[in-house]
Amino acid sequence: MIVLDKRPQPSRMWSYAAPVLAVVLTMVVGGILFAALGKNPVEVIRTIFLDPLFSKNAWFYRPQLLIKGAPLVLIAVGLSFGFRAGIWNIGAEGQYIMGALCGAAVGLAFYPMESWLIFPLMIMAGAIGGALWGLIPGLLKVRFGTNEILVSLMLVYVAESLLAAMALGPLKNPEGMGFPGSRNLSQYPSAANLELISGSGMHWGVVAALIAVIFAYVLLARHMFGFQVRLAGQAPRAARFAGVNPARMILICMGLSGALAGLAGMFEVSGPAGQVTIDFNVGYGFTAIIVAFLGRLHPVGILLAGAVMALTYIGGGIAQSNLGLPAAAISLLQGMLLFFLLAVDVLTNYRVRFSNRVAA
Amino acid sequence: MDLSAINPILLLASLMVAATPILLAAIGELVVERAGVLNLGVEGMMITGAICGFIIAVATGSPWLGFIGAAIGGAMLSLLFGVLTQFLLSNQVATGLALTLFGLGLSALMGQGYLGIRAPSFPDWHIPLLGDIPVIGPIVFQHDPMVYIGLLIVASVWFFLNRTRGGLILRAVGENHDAAHALGYHVRRTRMLAIMFGGACAGLGGAYLSLVRVPQWTEGMTAGAGWIALAIVVFASWKPGRLVLGAYLFGGVTVLQLNLQAAGVAVPVEYLSMSPYLATIAVLVIMSAGRAPGSLGRIFHAAR
Repeated sequence: MIVLDKRPQPSRMWSYAAPVLAVVLTMVVGGILFAALGKNPVEVIRTIFLDPLFSKNAWFYRPQLLIKGAPLVLIAVGLSFGFRAGIWNIGAEGQYIMGALCGAAVGLAFYPMESWLIFPLMIMAGAIGGALWGLIPGLLKVRFGTNEILVSLMLVYVAESLLAAMALGPLKNPEGMGFPGSRNLSQYPSAANLELISGSGMHWGVVAALIAVIFAYVLLARHMFGFQVRLAGQAPRAARFAGVNPARMILICMGLSGALAGLAGMFEVSGPAGQVTIDFNVGYGFTAIIVAFLGRLHPVGILLAGAVMALTYIGGGIAQSNLGLPAAAISLLQGMLLFFLLAVDVLTNYRVRFSNRVAA
Repeated sequence: MDLSAINPILLLASLMVAATPILLAAIGELVVERAGVLNLGVEGMMITGAICGFIIAVATGSPWLGFIGAAIGGAMLSLLFGVLTQFLLSNQVATGLALTLFGLGLSALMGQGYLGIRAPSFPDWHIPLLGDIPVIGPIVFQHDPMVYIGLLIVASVWFFLNRTRGGLILRAVGENHDAAHALGYHVRRTRMLAIMFGGACAGLGGAYLSLVRVPQWTEGMTAGAGWIALAIVVFASWKPGRLVLGAYLFGGVTVLQLNLQAAGVAVPVEYLSMSPYLATIAVLVIMSAGRAPGSLGRIFHAAR
């Protein structure tokens, strides 16, 4: 009979080892899955996890790592605050869309004027758009006690519809010969989020992601708000006695995660994506949830986890074109990773003991 | 715009059909939550059920076997959630999300090669006598069997929860798992069974979409129906009777919105298609007074 004893403190060793073990387990089980699909498992796993970094074409893929990783890290850092405090914003995908729409709308409103002021204004618009969209479930929770999980998720579908409406309506390129989609912002110098160093993949979104990581680290480790977040998550009752205002906590967490998701969307629409299109969003907001957990809700961990997830996106793309691996297999792999992490985490919080006594 | 093109009888009739997938998924989740478990993976189980049912129905030519396969598929996937949350004591919110992400990927992978195929037809029942009543007949008594099976499941769940010993135990486990454990009830076993029932119902709901409502397979075809089902459970204050009301309300909004699209209302389609989701939010705001089961979402770890 296997018995689990709760550890008085989560195991430090296992909290570091669990994500690594989860990645390894995902590779093994993923390999079995790929073998079942009739692919060479070793080749597929190598293509997904190693080729983007070490193959002879890696110079082409390495910049992609920053491009795919930046939005994931930016969103996941924002989500991690709420997740720590037990506030579940799972509608980051919607906030990402709204940030992109608001940022792009501001940029397009100034077209074709050139000014260095336009891009900073777009950044602000993106952050505000995302934050407001994130504050809707926050305010409804504070005011009416609604469930923020369901409301934030419903707003993803609303945002997707709004995106389609904007791409076909107000933001449509008047010179686009009737095709849906906005003007290409990357061809509008004042609004373009171009690479800072040519060929590096380094754009303003990457800078923002790194700043967010440092900012979040300082906030969590050194600031009163970070302490309150950790307290609210670990001991909600103690937090109330310590004077943590739950309504304020909800609003700050939802607004902050919304703002960062909005920023990610804005940097994406003005840079790598270039324009507002119907299928602009590709699920970064949902993948970022996995990134946040895989990174242990810790800023530095999220940075590493974001890199791993970006790798699966790029490697998955290579495997798709070179080995004919279905795109769905990659999203399955990403879902599997979260499952294994949650399963392995039992070792972080509990001690496993074998007992001869048969449980009642 | 021509609103007279909307036939109120057809509208009300299709309301029951539109509500059925959400009703099926929601009644399963209601039982899960009454047992004190919050499974946010309804969307993932629904879409897995949709593709399992579709594959089996296409392979065998029998929609009935398809529904059975969908229920099994949904239950199998929920087992994953059950093992993780009940035996490996993982966080239920995170695990439910993982189940949804995993289910969406799994279904897309399984559904390759099934795009663009039509499901074998699932004929409507024309219930004799009752179906011939004018107005009410076509609205209520001329649907496919799953509409009635869904209502039957809801009635059975109501009876089970409120009139049987098993239902009492399940509710006890959901209200206070420590007390239920102290009385000698099997908390984990009860919850595993509830979780599997929830998975099977979600699978049925998904299969209803792919076999009857659409009836085709497309990736991500549930489009949030699983999440709406979760919202309806809250709306219903965890009571089966009100669940029917909630599901039909949403069926109504969905159908009305589709009818307005077809009638060519001056509002772009994209705005109309937001309405079921906005209605869900509105309903959550109005109806958040219900009391959730006491142990909902809490991890059960028996102290020895």
